Amino acid sequence: MESLRIVNVGVGGQGNLLASNLLGMAALDAKIPVMVSEIHGMAQRGGVVESAVILGGGKSPIVAQGEADILVSFEPAETLRALNKANKNTLVISNIRPLPPFTVAIGQAPYPDPDEAMKIVSRKVGRLVSFDGQALAEEAKNPLSLNMVMLGALFAAAELPVPVRSIKKMIRTHTKQRFVESNLLAFDLGMKTAKAA
Amino acid sequence: MDKLLTPSGGKSFLLLGNEAVVRGALEAGMAFATCYPGTPSSEVPDTLYRLRKQYPDKVKYYFEYSTNEKVALEVAAGAAVAGLRTLCTMKHVGMNVAADPMMTLAYVGVNAGLVIMVADDPSMFSSQNEQDSRYYARLSGLPMLEASTPTELKEMTKYAFELSEELGSPVILRSSTRVSHAREAVKFAKLGKVKTKAEFTKNPMAYVTVPAVSRRLHLRLLDVYDKAQAISEKSELNPISGRGKAGIVTSSVCANFVADAVAELGLKNQVKVLKLGMSWPLPEKKIARFLRSVDKVLVVEDLEPLMEDALRVIAQKKGIEVDIQGKKSKHPPVSSDVAPPSFFSRAFEYNPRLVRETLAKFMGLPYKAVRPVNLKDLPQLPGRPPNLCPGCPHRATYYAVKEVLGDDAIYPTDIGCYTLGLLPPIKAADFLICMGSSVSSSAGFSRAQDKPVVSFIGDSTFFHSGLTGLVNAVYNQHNFTLIILDNGTTAMTGQQPHPGVDSPALGDVDRRRVDIEAVVRGLGVEHVQKVKPYKVRSTMKAIKEAVEHPGVSVIISEELCVLYARKVRPISRKPFMVDPDKCKGHFDCLNKVACPAMFKEGGQARINALQCVGCALCAQVCPEKAIVPMRKEV
Repeated sequence: MESLRIVNVGVGGQGNLLASNLLGMAALDAKIPVMVSEIHGMAQRGGVVESAVILGGGKSPIVAQGEADILVSFEPAETLRALNKANKNTLVISNIRPLPPFTVAIGQAPYPDPDEAMKIVSRKVGRLVSFDGQALAEEAKNPLSLNMVMLGALFAAAELPVPVRSIKKMIRTHTKQRFVESNLLAFDLGMKTAKAA
Repeated sequence: MDKLLTPSGGKSFLLLGNEAVVRGALEAGMAFATCYPGTPSSEVPDTLYRLRKQYPDKVKYYFEYSTNEKVALEVAAGAAVAGLRTLCTMKHVGMNVAADPMMTLAYVGVNAGLVIMVADDPSMFSSQNEQDSRYYARLSGLPMLEASTPTELKEMTKYAFELSEELGSPVILRSSTRVSHAREAVKFAKLGKVKTKAEFTKNPMAYVTVPAVSRRLHLRLLDVYDKAQAISEKSELNPISGRGKAGIVTSSVCANFVADAVAELGLKNQVKVLKLGMSWPLPEKKIARFLRSVDKVLVVEDLEPLMEDALRVIAQKKGIEVDIQGKKSKHPPVSSDVAPPSFFSRAFEYNPRLVRETLAKFMGLPYKAVRPVNLKDLPQLPGRPPNLCPGCPHRATYYAVKEVLGDDAIYPTDIGCYTLGLLPPIKAADFLICMGSSVSSSAGFSRAQDKPVVSFIGDSTFFHSGLTGLVNAVYNQHNFTLIILDNGTTAMTGQQPHPGVDSPALGDVDRRRVDIEAVVRGLGVEHVQKVKPYKVRSTMKAIKEAVEHPGVSVIISEELCVLYARKVRPISRKPFMVDPDKCKGHFDCLNKVACPAMFKEGGQARINALQCVGCALCAQVCPEKAIVPMRKEV
């Protein structure tokens, strides 16, 4: 099996690590070889968070520059920052709702225009699927379910060797009980939106 | 029930590397565990702590967060010499702290398995240096196992207990960020039986290291080394795979990069790979045979060229003609980012691309790397540095200090969340080398120059290694102010308890709280004041008095970490808001407090009510008194 390298980027608090972990468990459930890697430490303090999921038999737990087959980004400025992981064939899936860092909030640094950012990205990579994922999370009545939206979009936009039923099983069994319904709804909304894109 | 406590074997679970260490220890029947937490090792003790608390009837082992790594290893040494299977974990710099007991415990040995797990951090994702802990195996003479995957972490943890008992010696298990923080399917074996009580047989001539005893024990250690080397020669942990006249020697996570590169370049029948899972003592005979069987060898190891240099020694000693390639003598260009290196050097972690490219070159293969997209025309990106949380009490303390002393004081700092005080606008961090250095270096700074010296240390770090420095300062009559930022937990590494923590609030009824103020007074500090940092004026007054006091003064700034408080003291304060009729746009709140809950909009400051925890620091700073508790109707 050809290995598939997926990089997830986002900001502390967006649930990036959980998304990778769920995808990893879903792969195990579907008997697909998987390696997940995470950078811990600063996640709770508003820093950049990156994780990677390698499906299909790669042994290396990290994805080198230019070698991501898929880049899933939870935040538009972070899509640009992580673009060094992408090559001309990479599939990029990006939320377009900005989460401006503090330097921007207090007017000390400019924030790139999200639409312009997406235009730049789409010129450079194989395919870009971008949408307001946060709006979908809010539609699912769970603002913290952006990670589920992005997972849904990933399953719709990419041909993953992992079936949807496996990831849904993991969402059902490994996310907080009172959020399961909204998480599944968020996942479906992400799927639907990415399919239409 | 937790998957890690599954009694039977056979099933596979997706485990974090550090969880795999726990499972390995449980399969080995570990009875005793100590640690000081530190990224990337923390999830080992955190998981042991959680399991013990959640399943007190199922879990048989004793576990403690010790005050520091030296203490952790000494506690562990007592248990293992008495006869219990023991695990002791730390991060790489923690091994420096534990080095003193480790060096002589290596002489004495143990009567039951003792596994010392150390996690390195190449590229320094969350560390102050990237020292290579493989040196410690060489320095101490202890055997070292090196895992490259979570599965190996589990298997090696288990085997390390057996090896330790076979040799009567502690065994070091080395992991790294990329192994400890990787997840993969790990197949379980059944849980081991736990022996929880030992009987210690006195034998001072074996255990009390006076010179006459140690001379003999040193020879014992050399003997252990020889035995370990014989094991290493035959160990399945040091496999050779593939075939060909070109060789690779590798270990740790680099072995994964090599495996992928060999497969991707289709070199299985041209390259022979020796992977060293038991990397100390080196299997010298096996390596010599390997070197004789190939024309050239590429050594793939990040950090120091330890295997590479050892290979050269072996080749020279045995007169083997072989071309050994490894690290370049140059270094990557200086950059504050974690820039992936483009050649093998002593700095920063390797990556799959680097290894693949280097291997292709080594084999003389034409190889075109996938090019990353061109990034030259990207718009400028705002930085996203980690920040103190909204309402973090450290920010309030720092604000008060800076109001009193500005930039006209020297601020030695320490290791914890409060190191983020380095960033503007706080900029209250002038020197940091290791845990505890705030206190002791202050003594040096205050003697060497005339500006006032005010240093910062967290509560957990204070217990870790602040005490001795403070005693020294009292005894030698140094002149500085130490501010103990007591937020009631070990916030940085994941809210682990420590001696100053309100343990009953955490449900740890078997732990006792040690009062920081009583400790400080007990150490002989005469000027000690406790402050509540959210009360800005009284905090500033206390700081002024402390700085004016000749000699050592201590301020204990006491307020729970906001993230931790949510868990143990869920009282909610009202969020604040900016009254648009009163705000005149001075922006003292933004420029001096810089709380991430605040932002600028329409020439005025605003507060994100979802993020504001109601600490009221900004309200005390605003010259217009425009920041007020949120009204109901808003």
